[in-house]
Amino acid sequence: MSGADIESGESPGRRALRRFAQHKLAMFGLVIVVIFVLAAALAPWIAPFDPMETNWSRLRQPPSWTHPFGTDENGRDVLSRVLHGARASMMAGVIAVGGAVLIGVPIGLLAGLGGKWMDMVISRVADAMLSIPFLILAIALAAFLGPALENAMLAIAISASPIFVRLARGMALDARNTDWVEAARAMGNPPWRIGLLHVLPNILPPLLVQATLAIAEAIIAEASLSFLGLGQQPPNPSWGSMLNSAQRFIESAPWLAIFPGLAIFLVVLAFNLVGDGLRDALDPRSQKR
Amino acid sequence: MWLWLLRRLGQVIPTLLILSVLVFALQQLMPGDPALILAGEERGDPQVLAQIRAELMLDRPLHEQYLHWLWRVLHGDFGFSWRIRMPVGQLILEKLPVTFQLAAMSFVIGVAIGVPAGVMSAVWRDKPSDWAINGIALFGISMPNFWLGIMMILLFSVQLGWLPPSGYVPLWEDPVMSLQTTIMPAFVLGTGVASVLMRHTRAAMLGALSQDYVRTARAKGLSETFVVGKHALRNALIPVVTLGTIEFGRLLAGAVLTEQIFSIPGFGKLVVDAVFNRDYPVVQGVVMATALIFVTLSLIADMLYMAINPRLRTA
Repeated sequence: MSGADIESGESPGRRALRRFAQHKLAMFGLVIVVIFVLAAALAPWIAPFDPMETNWSRLRQPPSWTHPFGTDENGRDVLSRVLHGARASMMAGVIAVGGAVLIGVPIGLLAGLGGKWMDMVISRVADAMLSIPFLILAIALAAFLGPALENAMLAIAISASPIFVRLARGMALDARNTDWVEAARAMGNPPWRIGLLHVLPNILPPLLVQATLAIAEAIIAEASLSFLGLGQQPPNPSWGSMLNSAQRFIESAPWLAIFPGLAIFLVVLAFNLVGDGLRDALDPRSQKR
Repeated sequence: MWLWLLRRLGQVIPTLLILSVLVFALQQLMPGDPALILAGEERGDPQVLAQIRAELMLDRPLHEQYLHWLWRVLHGDFGFSWRIRMPVGQLILEKLPVTFQLAAMSFVIGVAIGVPAGVMSAVWRDKPSDWAINGIALFGISMPNFWLGIMMILLFSVQLGWLPPSGYVPLWEDPVMSLQTTIMPAFVLGTGVASVLMRHTRAAMLGALSQDYVRTARAKGLSETFVVGKHALRNALIPVVTLGTIEFGRLLAGAVLTEQIFSIPGFGKLVVDAVFNRDYPVVQGVVMATALIFVTLSLIADMLYMAINPRLRTA
């Protein structure tokens, strides 16, 4: 930290916030994220048509003023389905990562603060899970749990949790050797209290960065699982399953594949931009002010 | 070196054992009775059900089932596919070469684009070309593989008619046709690898370029090309090699959806078909096999790291 920061009397939190607000790409990402969150929340009111309403007189119509994204093989309005699909994707992304954090962080803290044996067992389990590629683990879990959006979210949460175990464990191990944790332990605080009060606040910045980037991955994973028929079940709209049925009509109705994919791409890009921006803003070693 | 290898293996074995427990536990998540699924038409017959349960040892306690399963896996027996009536191990071995060809091609594409791009963007730090390269890499990371695949089929197969949209021809039957059928999926997978490698090469190069030995080399009046190519790049490549090995393992997972889209009969398609057909032993076998490949690759990565970085050899 440079002298100027101390003189200006700005708290680290405020400084990070200011640096984030000055990060143009991150703000751009944040705007896209907010737009998609609003689209997901307001879908029933802003969608021009009922996403499930089939109409045999308007099958696979190209984009027009009435149907800006065209209509699908059952005559449903693609724009309305993309808007409603945002619900499944955003929910899956946020809930799955929330679950992964809730599973991973306490276990990671336990590994870092709980003693040698605890650490060894937890680390080996995390290693074992990390040796299965993320998507394959999620597919296998979802396959065994059965096809449903909730199961897909659970599968993604479990598959993503070892990253958070590793992160929390590493930070806890670092914190363990600091004077303030030493002092807290000397005062007779039990490990859970040290973890909660002294370690957790310090790992929040990297956790926030990791969680934002994980949401991007979780959204791709949900789309992949839905694409394979393991997530949101038809006729409920989801971007992944829309892409799956679009594949059959790629020659005659390419718009069916273009718009849901574009939506996935934009949301994932936006979360990645926000995550990168947060990393830059929260890194105390970063020179930018 | 040997001592280190032994210690490293000592870490790998417990990981693999835990992995086997996890993969075995997958079965327990399954809703319903596997015997009922297997019996099919004859599910009403209690005798048939009892026979299936005895065959699969479903009537034994869990720990016995696990030990029996582990014993078979250790002998290379991953069980029998419920659908295709073939040993799972044989199925996997049949499909692996296809995916390896795809993964190798993607890897070559990824390295050929990613490493030079990373070097260029580090050398031209904070210049417009650096921003452009970073922007493209961000696009590559955010682009869902399967959508990129569909869009490429739309452009190159449907609109331009240059390449076949799907299918696969083995390399030894018709090399040209084989490359034509795999170049699009390989490119789709390669872009992801290129983006990740670019970011890491850039970071490693920036680190190396700020080192004292680079400043010394420059002070000696060596040409910038020589400094970047010989002094900085060689050191920057050490972490990149390790990462590249791990990325190769991740390609196996990435291949799942890409193979599905381009109808390539590899490892990924095997999993997807198994998931659709509720062919659980195949799903289990594939998970176990990918993890084994991944663990082996990271072991190789560590050994490469030791081999390239002389400072670690004595440790």
